[in-house]
Order: sequence, then C-alpha cells, then structure tokens
Amino acid sequence: MSSPRRYVGRKVLQALATLVFVLTVNFLLFRILPGDPVSILARSQRLTEQDVAELQHELGLDRPLARQYVIYMGQMLRGDLGVSLLTGDEVAGIVASRIWPTLLLVGLGTLFATIIGVWIGVKGAWRRGRGFDRSSLLASLALYSTPEGWLGMLFLLVFAGILGWFPAGGYVTQGLEGAARIADIAEHLFLPVLTLTLGYVGEYAIVMRSSMLDVLNEDFVTSARAKGVPEPEIRRRHVVPNAFLPTFTLIFLNIGFVLGGAVVIEAVFSWPGLGRLAYDSIDRVDYPVIQGVFLVASVGVIVFNLIADVAYGFLDPRVRGA
Amino acid sequence: MAIADADAVAPPPASRRSIVWSRRRRAFAAHWRTFRRNRQGMVGLGVLSFFVLVAIVGPSIVDPAAIEEATAPWPLKVAPAADYPLGTDRYGRSVLDLMIVGSRISLVVGFTAALGAIVLGASVGITAGYFGGSRIDSILNGLTNWFLVIPWIALAIALAVVLGATLFNVIVVIAVTSWASTARVVRSQALSVKERLYVERARALGAGNWHLMSRHVLPNVFPVLFANTVLMVALAILSETTLSILGLGPTNAISWGRIIDESFSAGAFSAGLWWWLVPPGIAIMLVTLSFTMIGFALDEVLNPRLRDR
Repeated sequence: MSSPRRYVGRKVLQALATLVFVLTVNFLLFRILPGDPVSILARSQRLTEQDVAELQHELGLDRPLARQYVIYMGQMLRGDLGVSLLTGDEVAGIVASRIWPTLLLVGLGTLFATIIGVWIGVKGAWRRGRGFDRSSLLASLALYSTPEGWLGMLFLLVFAGILGWFPAGGYVTQGLEGAARIADIAEHLFLPVLTLTLGYVGEYAIVMRSSMLDVLNEDFVTSARAKGVPEPEIRRRHVVPNAFLPTFTLIFLNIGFVLGGAVVIEAVFSWPGLGRLAYDSIDRVDYPVIQGVFLVASVGVIVFNLIADVAYGFLDPRVRGA
Repeated sequence: MAIADADAVAPPPASRRSIVWSRRRRAFAAHWRTFRRNRQGMVGLGVLSFFVLVAIVGPSIVDPAAIEEATAPWPLKVAPAADYPLGTDRYGRSVLDLMIVGSRISLVVGFTAALGAIVLGASVGITAGYFGGSRIDSILNGLTNWFLVIPWIALAIALAVVLGATLFNVIVVIAVTSWASTARVVRSQALSVKERLYVERARALGAGNWHLMSRHVLPNVFPVLFANTVLMVALAILSETTLSILGLGPTNAISWGRIIDESFSAGAFSAGLWWWLVPPGIAIMLVTLSFTMIGFALDEVLNPRLRDR
C-alpha cells in the first residue's frame, strides 16, 4: 500500500497525462480529419481560393504540423482558445460565461438524482422482490431507456404548451431584480432540472440496489445479525455506508455522461449553458467555440474523476494499493 | 423423438467440428431454457421482435411518394384520423408512415454502431488482457482509460461536425465514442482467462498468440461480450436520438430521432401537436427498454452468480 501523498501524486500525474491526450485529440481532430476548419468554412460560406489561403495563413494552418502543435500547446498553456469566427470575441470568455448555468443544472440534477436514487435503491434492496422493489426496478429501467431530450420536450408540451404552468425555456425574464429575479430563474430551472433528475435517477437506483445486495451478502452483516444488532441499525451503520461507496464513485465517474444529457436538455430548454453554446455553434459552424466547449467539458470531467479517485482513496484505503 | 433415437443408435464417426457444434447446440439449448424462464427477458424479446418485424416488412408497404416532402398527400399538421392514425407532420406526411420507415434506420444504426463498438472494444480488450502487463497492454489500457474520460457527447459533436452528418458517419461516431467500456470489461476478463491451465497447456503444445487469443480467450470472453452487445444497442439507439436532437443525426435518412427533432424544430410542443412528438419517443423507449431487459436477463443466464438476485 502506498502512502496517501504518493497515491494523490500518482492520480494527479495520471490526470495531467489525460489532459495532454485530450489537448492532442482536440488539435488533431480539427486538422487531420477530412473536414479541417477552413474547408468546413469554405463549404458553408463560399470562399474564393485566395480567401482560403489567407485564412489558412491567419490560422497558422500552412505551417508544418509539428510547429503548429507547439504553437497550439503554447496557446493552451496561456488559456488562449482563439476567437469566435462569428463574433470575434475571445472563446475563453464566451465559454467561461456559460459554465455557471451548466454547473447549476448538472449540480442540482445530480444531487436530486443521487438522493432519490440512493433512497430507492436502499429501500428496494432491503425488501428485495417485494412490490416496491419490482415496480421501482421497472420504473428505473423505463427511465434509463427514455431519451432525456425527448422527455424534456414532453414536459414542455404538457407543462408549458398545454397547461402553461412553466415558461417554455430560457434563463430569466428580462428586467427583474433581486428576489423576483431569483424566483424567476428557479421557475425557468424547474423543468430542466426535473428532466435531468429523472434521466439519471433510474441508473443510480439500480447501481445502489445492486451494491446493497453485494454488501448484504458480506460476512460482517451476518455477524452483526448474530450479535443481535437491530435491523435498522444494521442497515444504517453497516450496509448503507459500505454500499454507498461504489455508487458515489460511479456518480462522479458518470459526470461525463450527465454532461452529455445536459447538452441536449440545454438545447431543448434554451438554457444558456455550455450545451446550448455547443448547439448554437454547431448550427453556425463556429468551430473554435465547439473546440472550446470540447476542451472545457473534458477538463471538467478529468477534474471530477480526479476528485472521485482521491476521495475514494481516502474513504477506502484498500484501493490505494491497487 | 427422432433425434433422441439417432443418438441412441451407433454414434456416427464424429469429426472435430461436429463435436464442437453439437456441444455448442446443447449449451445454447440449456441457456435458452434458462432464458425462457426469465419473464422480463421474454417480454423484452417479444416487444423487440415486433419492432424488428416492422422494420423488415414495414418500409415496403409504405408508399415512397407519401413520405416525400413534396408529394405528401394529407393536410398539414392535423390530428389523428382514419387515414393517418397518428396525424400528420408539417409537410402533410402521415406520422405513422414516418415511424414505420424510421424503425429500420433506428434499428440499423443501433445494431451496426453497437457491433462496431463491440468489435473495437473486444479487439482492444482481448489484446490488452492477453498481453497483460506488457507495453502493449499499458498503451492500449491507457487509450481505453482516456476514451472513458473524454465526455462522449463532446467528442461526438466534434467528430460529427468534422465528418458531416450522414448515416454512415453517425454510426462511426457512435461506435468510436462507445467502445471503451467494453474494452475495459473484456480486458479484465481476458486477464483472468489467460492465466488458466489449459491456456498454458496449449501454449506448451506450441500454440501461437493468434490461436490462443481467438480459440481460447475469445470464446471465454464471449458470454460477457454477448450481454454487453445487447446493452450497447440500447445505448447506441439513445445516442442516435441525442445526436439527432442536436441536429447532428443522419440528414439523408428518416430515423425516429429525426422525427423528434423535426417536430420540435417546428414548434410541436407549443402548438400542442402531441401526435407528432410523442410516438417516436415512445418507440425509442420501448425498443431501448426491451434491449435492456434482454441484456439483464442474458447477464443472469450467462453469469450464474447473479441468478439469486
């Protein structure tokens, strides 16, 4: 078993290696594959050959690949993500302004999905095979099988289109201040968060349930029962904490997928986060912005994975040796 | 009874191949008996069979002109009626017709993308596991872990934008972004298989790497792979829907995802055109759910330790 410091050091190094990989993929993706940025632009905006040559020079695409790579890495180190082809604004600034809405949406959705999912999983596994377990398992599978984006549209159809209870997307109504503004944001946030929560609650319930079943078979549970520890106590002190550990890791490792769900949900609800930014940029072929979103999303996931790894290492010292 | 009698009489001189195949048939029959007892799995199989049938037969009964935007015969955006049981879209096409035609594309994308992801994941996983601990393993394993970390949606968007949204590219994008989880599972399985005695014995008898991987490691990894494939199809169909909603779905084919995207872009939710928006989502949900239920049932059949769950 290695010391905590060495364990953390190794995980940080791994995360940095992953970061270099992501940066390299980002570099290669838009240069080597058939649709390099300039030809994409030429396709969509009818550029003359001279325009293309000028643009290639401007973006440094006429230099040797290795040289481009060095320049690119230097720019990344300085946090220079280029400028939007459409507005000419710094991509770093555009992306930064969109991070908070996404974090708000993903954070709240993950929080609710975790709490409800864990509760369902614990309750189902504790009374395995009974009515609640069977129906919640089926519901979980059904929710897991529902495309999030479509679920969001369904909510828009029912709650915004037909009933008119909630706004049909957006972030906040213009011209509001103070408490009214916060209440308005909450009103806009309700349906997207509900969609995201429902999109992941099923998965977390299934994982928590199966993790509970694993722990229930362990010897220490049997010996606790033999000692005469009351059942609620066994559940609360012995089973749930041990079962929660793998679920917790999965939830953090899952952030990448939740982000994926968030992209669609943001697109559907016009929620002004990274996902909506990506959606709008796809339409406008604004490739520096798409690259920026790709980078920020990847870095976010790397950071969350690192947190999960390190936290797991401290919560369960056994994994540090592995 | 004829088969049992034939067995009881003198066994014919069996070739190596026929022994192997009769063993496989028996194993398959035994697994099928276990699977048949699993109600969830059978319900899933029933629902899926229905949709597969529709996908095979359906498109040939739909008049191609009726789903062309220019030649669609019905009034625009009207609620269900006898001639169009699921109403019509903004071009006057029957939504039911679109659903039938779309079933083929959605299922084809699901199956081929999942197959691509599985072949990719299994190759990487078996090779890494078989050469476990060597440099090949650390390179492949590193690659797998990297692909696990990159948020699939970001990579998929970048790839789809660069490659262009055709049916083939959408399949490629989904396969490229979803093989890593399979590779990880297969690698850990292969790591344990290659340590078994019979693999060592085969190696002592002079078997090469390729022979060992394809004849000994692959068959042992296969059960895991099979259940994984079924679950992967579900994931691939959901991914296609996601890409379509983002406007990155196949532009040269009608899929369920694309029907959803078109209805949404045309404002079906604010105008209350539920018959256009709701059916494709339900179809996707049912197909995905049936794949998931079959996958879970297969997991139980092929992995006896799970059976008492």
